[in-house]
Parts: sequence; structure tokens; C-alpha cells
Amino acid sequence: MRPKPKLDCRAKSHLSYFAYVCHRFSGLLLACFLPLHFLMLSQSLRGASGFERSLQLTDFWVFKFGEWALVILLAIHLSGGVRILIIEFGAWRGLRKGWIEISILFSIVCGLLFLYLAN
Amino acid sequence: MSKEMCFEGVLQAKLWYAQRISAMILGICVSIHLAIIFYAIRGGLTAQEILGRTQGNLLFALFYEIFVLACFVHAPIGMANILQETFPKLSFAKPISWVLALLILLLGSSAVIGIYSGGIL
Repeated sequence: MRPKPKLDCRAKSHLSYFAYVCHRFSGLLLACFLPLHFLMLSQSLRGASGFERSLQLTDFWVFKFGEWALVILLAIHLSGGVRILIIEFGAWRGLRKGWIEISILFSIVCGLLFLYLAN
Repeated sequence: MSKEMCFEGVLQAKLWYAQRISAMILGICVSIHLAIIFYAIRGGLTAQEILGRTQGNLLFALFYEIFVLACFVHAPIGMANILQETFPKLSFAKPISWVLALLILLLGSSAVIGIYSGGIL
């Protein structure tokens, strides 16, 4: 694979670069989180009581904040990913900055909805 | 073009398609998963509640196994791309991605068996 090309400040100040960074950052964090999430869920192999004991280990504000952040990261990566798929497989129509704004809005709505619904 | 470079190019193209196809599957799975999260978090999460929804439910198990398999394909390719682009002179991108892939497959499938069976250990 070729090394990453060097970008000047004009490219980095573009909204698309912000979308690219958000997609990469959220993807990287989600990839690191996935094995831990599956490890927690696999504790259900020990039955309901064993699973409950493991769930109680995460009953701290740090983990609650982490869950909220992960839902936002998931929403960012989902909307950013759909945008990339439309760019790569859809018909070309202008700069499509609006999609980035929709992605940001979608992530904020998901974050707020989680806060509203969580106990 | 050398044989090795040609092989690398074909591999990159295959990985690109694999990541895009898995992304299409994940797009659907993540949307459904987000909806399930919003439904499930009302009133807090307990093991009884989670297992009550998933235990013996073949549709849930099938959905989450497809989700795990799509993650198994998608996440390691993305991780390898980021590592190779960020550290082009180092060669740990492939081993780390393989470890991530195996962890996702093994732990993810264990989780699916666990929530479907309700405990077998």
C-alpha cells in the first residue's frame, strides 16, 4: 500500500477532511471496543447470574459515559460510512457537503436520544 | 510490473471490495442495533432482560452472528489500512489486524452462543 499523501492546510480545512478524520477516529475506537464488548456479552455463557455479576462490574459513571460516547461514535461511523458508500457507488452530484452536516446532526440526535432514554 | 506487486494490487482490490460489501451489511445491522439499544436502555439493562429477549430466539442469534461476521471482515481491514498509512515503515499492521479479526470472531461467536443458549458453562 502507498504511504499517506501529504496534505496542505487548504485540504485539511475542508469539511470533507473533518468527515474523514471523524470516520477514521470513530472506526479505530469502535474496533478497539468490539473485543471488550463481545467479552462482556460472552459472560452470558455462565448463565443469567454470572452475566449479571459481569454487568454489575460496569455499573460506574465512567462506563455509563463510555456507553454514551460509543453510541455517538457508532452513529458517526454509520452515517459517515453511508456517505462514503453513496460517494463510491452512487451518481456524482456536486460537493455534497450537506451529507456531512446531516451525519453530524444524526450523531447529535442519537447522543441526545440515548441520554433521554437511559435511566 | 513484478509478480509480487501484481499480487499485492489484486489483494488490495479484493480487500477494498470485502470492506465495502461488509460495510453495506453493517449499515443495516448497525441501524437495527441502534434501534434495539434505544429500546433496551429504557429502565436500565439487566442480564434477565437481555436474556429474556434473546434466549432461544433464533432470529436474534442469526442477526447477531451475521453482525459478528461482518465486523470480522470490516474492522480488521480498516485497522490494517490505518496502521499501514500511519506507520508505513513498520510491519505490524497485518499481525495486529489478524489478532483483532480472531478476537472478534471467537468472542463475538461466544457472545451469540451465550445470549442464545442463556448459559452452557
